[in-house]
Amino acid sequence: MTEPILKIRNLTKKYADKVIFQHIDLEVKSGDTIVIIGPSGTGKSTLLRCINLLTRPNEGQIFLCGEEITAKGVNEDHVRQRIGMVFQNFLLFNHLTALENVKLGLTKVRHMKAEEAEQKAIGHLKRVGLSEHMDKYPGQLSGGQQQRVGIARALAMDPEIMLFDEPTSALDPELIGEVLEVMRDLSKSGMTMVVVTHEMGFAREVADSIIFMERGSIVEEGSPEELFEHAHFPRTREFLGKISELYGKKEKKGE
Amino acid sequence: MDLSNFLSYIASGTLYTLGASLIALPAGLILGLLFALLYLYGGKVLSNLMAVYSTVMRGIPPIVLLFVLYFVVSGSVNLSPFLAGSISLGIISSAYQMEIIRGAILCVSGGQLMAARAIGLSQRQAVREILLPQALRIALPSWSNEAAIVIKDSSLIYALGVPEILRRAQLISASTQQPFLAYSAAAIIYFALVFITTRLLGRLEQKLAIPANP
Repeated sequence: MTEPILKIRNLTKKYADKVIFQHIDLEVKSGDTIVIIGPSGTGKSTLLRCINLLTRPNEGQIFLCGEEITAKGVNEDHVRQRIGMVFQNFLLFNHLTALENVKLGLTKVRHMKAEEAEQKAIGHLKRVGLSEHMDKYPGQLSGGQQQRVGIARALAMDPEIMLFDEPTSALDPELIGEVLEVMRDLSKSGMTMVVVTHEMGFAREVADSIIFMERGSIVEEGSPEELFEHAHFPRTREFLGKISELYGKKEKKGE
Repeated sequence: MDLSNFLSYIASGTLYTLGASLIALPAGLILGLLFALLYLYGGKVLSNLMAVYSTVMRGIPPIVLLFVLYFVVSGSVNLSPFLAGSISLGIISSAYQMEIIRGAILCVSGGQLMAARAIGLSQRQAVREILLPQALRIALPSWSNEAAIVIKDSSLIYALGVPEILRRAQLISASTQQPFLAYSAAAIIYFALVFITTRLLGRLEQKLAIPANP
C-alpha cells in the first residue's frame, strides 16, 4: 500500500472553549478528489486552514507525504509551498495583474528567473482559459475569471495537493460552471484535491469519496454512490435532500 | 516698495522651507512606516510603546515639541539650527504619518496576507510584496494632506532663527513697517508651495491607481 499524501490523525480545533471540530481522522490518497460537505459552521473551512497551517490545530497530527507537518520546528512556509489553496472570496492580490498574481510565488518563493516564471505563469493561465486576460487587474475581471486566476496561482507552485474552500460560493450562478469545469479537468488530470463545496453535481461526478461533516465531526464517509443512494445516517440523507433541492436549480443553470 | 519687492526678498527663504520639508517628510515617512509596522506586528511591548509614542506626540503642540526636540537633538549632536529643526519636524510628523499608514494597513483585508502566506511567502515577504504596496496607495491621499501640514509647519523653525520664509517676512516687516505686504507675500509663497505639492501628489495618486471596472 502506498503512503497517503495527506493523513490527519485525531485533529481538534478549539477557539477558547468553543470546539470547531474534534477528533477528525482523514486520509487522502494520491490523485484522489475528496469532497467535504455539510452545513455551514461545522468546521469545514477551518479544517482546510489547519491542513496548510494557516490556523494551528489544538490537538492531533497532520502528515504530508508521511512527514508530520504539525511537529515542532517544521518550517510553515515550506509546508505551504507544497499545498495549494483556493479561497471562497478569491483573494487575488488586488494591486497585481492576473499574470503577476500567478508569477509572484514563482519569483519570490521558488526564486525562478523572471522570464522562466513568466512562461510558466502564462502556461497556467492558458490552462484555466484566461490567456486573453493576463494583463488585467482583479478589479477588471469577473468573479469566475478571478477564481480561475486563483486556481492558476495555486497550481503554478506545483503543489502536491490542492485545497478548495467553497470555491464557487461567492459566484453568480452563471459563473459557477466555468470554475467547476477547470476543477473537473484538474481532478481528471490526477491532481490530489480536497474540496469543500455545496455543489452536489460536482461532488457526485468528480469525487472519489465524499465526507459529510456536521457539528465538528465526520458523520459519514463514502463514495458518491454510497452517500447519495444508501446513506447510513438519516442526518446525511436529510442534508443531501435539502441541499440538492436548494442548489439543484442553480447548478443546472451554471452548467 | 511694492509686493514684488517683498516677494523677491522673502522668496530667498524658500530654499530653507523646501529643504526643511524635504528632510522632515521622508524622515517622518521612514519613521512612521517603521513605527506603524512595530505597532501592528511588533508584539505586545513594542505595540504599547508605539501607542504611547503616538498619543504623546500628537497631544503636544508642534511648536512646543519643536523646542523640546531641538534642545535634545542639538544638545546631543552638534547640528545647525536648520538641520536640528528639520529633523525635529520629521520626528513630530512621524507620529502622524504612523497613524496614516497604520490606518491604511488596516484597510487592506486580512485575506490578502493569508493568501500571500498560502502560496508560501514568509510574513516579511507578504508585508513587503502584498500589504505595503496596497496600503501605501490607500495612504496617499491622507499623506498628501500631511505633506501640506509639514510644509506649513516648517514655518515654525523661524523660532530657531532659521532665515526661512516666515523669518524673512518678519524681518522685512520690521524694517519697512509694512506688515500686511510682508506677511501677504509669505502667505502667497506658502500657498504656492502647498498647492504645487498637493497637485503633484494628486497626479501620483492617479498614476498609481489600480485599474478596475466601474
